[in-house]
Amino acid sequence: MQDRPLPSAVEAAARLAYGRLVALLTARSGDLAGAEDALGDALLAALERWPEQGVPANPQAWLLTVARRKLIDRARRAVRADAAQAEIERMHEEAEHVVSQPDPFPDRRLGLMLACAHPAVDPLARTPLMLQAILGLSAERMAPVFLTSPAAMTKRLVRAKAKIAASGIGFAEPEREQLAERLDPVLDALYAGFTLGRDERGSGGLAEEALWLGRLVTELAPDAPEAAGLVALMLFVTARVPAARENSFTPLSQQAPADWDTAMMDEAETLLRRAVDFQRPGRFQVEAAIQAVHADRRRTGRTDWAAILRLYEGLAGLTGTVGVQVAWAAALVQLGDPAAALAKLDAIDPAKVAAHQPYWATRAFVLAKSGRGAEAAEAYLRAATLADDPSQRAFLLAQRTALED
Amino acid sequence: MQYMIINYVPPVTVGADGAPQHTDIALWEAYTKALIDAGVMRGGNALNAGVTATTVRVRNGQRELHDGPYADSKEELGGYFIIEVNTLDEALLWAARNPAASAGAVEVRPIMSH
Repeated sequence: MQDRPLPSAVEAAARLAYGRLVALLTARSGDLAGAEDALGDALLAALERWPEQGVPANPQAWLLTVARRKLIDRARRAVRADAAQAEIERMHEEAEHVVSQPDPFPDRRLGLMLACAHPAVDPLARTPLMLQAILGLSAERMAPVFLTSPAAMTKRLVRAKAKIAASGIGFAEPEREQLAERLDPVLDALYAGFTLGRDERGSGGLAEEALWLGRLVTELAPDAPEAAGLVALMLFVTARVPAARENSFTPLSQQAPADWDTAMMDEAETLLRRAVDFQRPGRFQVEAAIQAVHADRRRTGRTDWAAILRLYEGLAGLTGTVGVQVAWAAALVQLGDPAAALAKLDAIDPAKVAAHQPYWATRAFVLAKSGRGAEAAEAYLRAATLADDPSQRAFLLAQRTALED
Repeated sequence: MQYMIINYVPPVTVGADGAPQHTDIALWEAYTKALIDAGVMRGGNALNAGVTATTVRVRNGQRELHDGPYADSKEELGGYFIIEVNTLDEALLWAARNPAASAGAVEVRPIMSH
């Protein structure tokens, strides 16, 4: 149902309306799978009728009415006779109530996203669940990005929807004070989708969809600085994509700022500034700030590594991941202190870095700067073995060869 | 919605009289009272120690008995509460206050409504 190509008018209406209608249909029943099916049927009906009868004056209301009717039909068939009547009457009332509201309809998408990323939902299901519920992406489309089979992805989504329907996860938007905390899993899930999606080549990838959802969250929750921080972070990274993708791996420090999308970086800076004004720092704001320092090279021609080092110190206090420690060490060596960088790397639990590619690439670079060529070569080889991207592997092997000269 | 709050607790020892030797009765009493005062309590029971359980299976028409609880785990089923609240989040809040949450684990299961 979701990925079938639609004529452009229908497609445009569907993209904007899809998540809003799913959210409205799900809000009270809690039945996400049922809402998606009903809306899929309504979209099919639109494909049949709109080309002949023309697009209705209020396409969203039309789709919602048809989807409601489908839900009611299904309830009539599924629910036991005695219980059915009350249920059907309730749905009729609800349908009338929603359709009779002035356009635009209430936007319940934030509540839907919060439910999809609820801590009680399987963490592996959260990102694909949001992409499916709001944007209608299919399990087949998402499976390769999440490194799984379409069948396994379908199963994961079905299980998560059943859990949401049965367990009473609420779809109401929380109070303002609780919103920031409730948003965290949504933002984590979006960032995970963005990071995984970045490995896809070409445009229209999942990374763009995650960015779209991130922008939506900042519209629906304008008072959440971490949401704005996340979108700024995703924009900074996306703005550099052209430079990094010319069939060869170019590390950030060697990219030419002329290849960056500077308009996008300007937008990211504006967003980040607005987030920081709230004075409620968080992981995504600090990560975006680190990217902002890198992006500043387009004006100054240099990278302020001392500023980056301070930001990583701050980030380590917010999130103690191995990636942060490794990036901290990388900043130390850029500041001309390979001994401190090596000490930082040595302090990380070896069990945690056995398969951590950036650790070995950074360690190799630090060892090379420390004049320990043989060990550096060994670390480059290990990093190359762990690299997923062929161009990155080639880059690391070339660094290793250069050591011998 | 109604939820079953299932308490998994560290194994309880039984005395010579067969009664469980609880050390934290005051905690459980306070928790139960809090559920009642909040108006969410719908029922519940404490169970005797897991060592007193007998597990039954019927295979090929034959009754097989096993001395001990069904699940052989570090914690054992110690009892349950039935509560009625509006959302899973509220149920999870009550589960977190359950004495078993810090001593063992608490499972929250929605009760089927039809």
